[in-house]
Amino acid sequence: MLELDVDPALEVPAPPVTVEMHSATPRERKDVEKTTPSEQTLWMLAVRDKRDRVAFGQLFDHFAPRLKGVICRSGISQGQAEDIVQDVMLTVWRKAHLFDPQRAQVSSWIYQIARNRQIDVIRKERRPVPEELKQPEEVQEDASQIVALEQETTRLREALQRLKPAQREMVEKAYLGELSHSDIRAETGLPLGTIKSRIRLGLERLRHELKGTETT
Amino acid sequence: MSGITHHIPDELLIAYASGSLDQAYSLVLAAHISMCDECRARLGAHEAVGGAMLEEFAASDQSISVSSGMKARLMDALDEPYEAPPVYERSGVFPAPVMEALGGLPPKWKPLGMGVRQSILSHGKTGSVRLLYIPGGQAVPDHGHNGLELTLVLQGAFSDETGRFGVGDMEVANSDLEHTPIADEGPACICLAATDAALRFRSFIPRLLQPVFRI
Repeated sequence: MLELDVDPALEVPAPPVTVEMHSATPRERKDVEKTTPSEQTLWMLAVRDKRDRVAFGQLFDHFAPRLKGVICRSGISQGQAEDIVQDVMLTVWRKAHLFDPQRAQVSSWIYQIARNRQIDVIRKERRPVPEELKQPEEVQEDASQIVALEQETTRLREALQRLKPAQREMVEKAYLGELSHSDIRAETGLPLGTIKSRIRLGLERLRHELKGTETT
Repeated sequence: MSGITHHIPDELLIAYASGSLDQAYSLVLAAHISMCDECRARLGAHEAVGGAMLEEFAASDQSISVSSGMKARLMDALDEPYEAPPVYERSGVFPAPVMEALGGLPPKWKPLGMGVRQSILSHGKTGSVRLLYIPGGQAVPDHGHNGLELTLVLQGAFSDETGRFGVGDMEVANSDLEHTPIADEGPACICLAATDAALRFRSFIPRLLQPVFRI
């Protein structure tokens, strides 16, 4: 069940950068407004599919300060935080082929890379990560599925903004790695069920496509 | 993989997503997620919260900026040759993260008695994680753990007072759980088990003889 009507109030506020349309793939450029993925997604797809450096620069401008802010929270020096940001962004470039917009938003995908790199660098150990799922050679992406996942994430951000300050602080601490599992209270009331269902759809689609390529 | 009924509790999944979970437990979670699309999707949902916070973060603090020259250095680094770290693949019943912990080699089993074997993957002050091999019908050795113990079934199945655990199922046992897991009859049960402290099998033989002789 895909809800495609975009409530204008739910749209992500545009970051203060201009979008160059060359960073969008032709297929997406033709799409009508309500089925167009966010500019972060378009940048990431341009990096993944065309190794587009302009788009990568835009991703850097958008995410580098945010990453630095989050990483600095753990109390490490500015210099070391910037080293980790560099490392994260370089990983984004090198692992771009693994980005699947039907399973993760750019921000979620980069968050996950940042957590891994931060642990690897600070604890000097490699965080165990789940088996990577193979991506089919030819990806036929469903823009409506991408947009639907983005809309759920927008709802999630609004729910985060509605949290009471004390609760919001707990959620921040939990997701930024400042609480141990025994201190984490999972009942936050955040709308995660629908996001999970959409990611499952993306996973099933991927499994289906991989099965198709294996039998041919 | 279908048929998995015992999944990862949310607080552990959040701790894993955020990087605060210890290495030993993280390996068990990564292995379970490799086998379970439901938990892979749930992890994705939690990472969406992390991503949303990343998006929001700078919005609340305009003073955060990166040093000038950083972007240019990064752009230059894009073309630098680099050696990708090895990617491990699932081998037999062992999912990729377990193969990585094994360094790509088969487990080195050490006998514990009564046909039970173990292969320690890592052992440190923040926890230990090992593979256990329990012949069909055999009881899992009684062992001490002060805190949380996570056990993931890779082959076969075991049952205890709390239920039955088959391939892909993860049992979460707190220190207050007194349980006697027994491997199902049939093929040996192979598990990945993590504890927060060095795991010791206490007076293994005497304690084990009782239940075994009663069977």
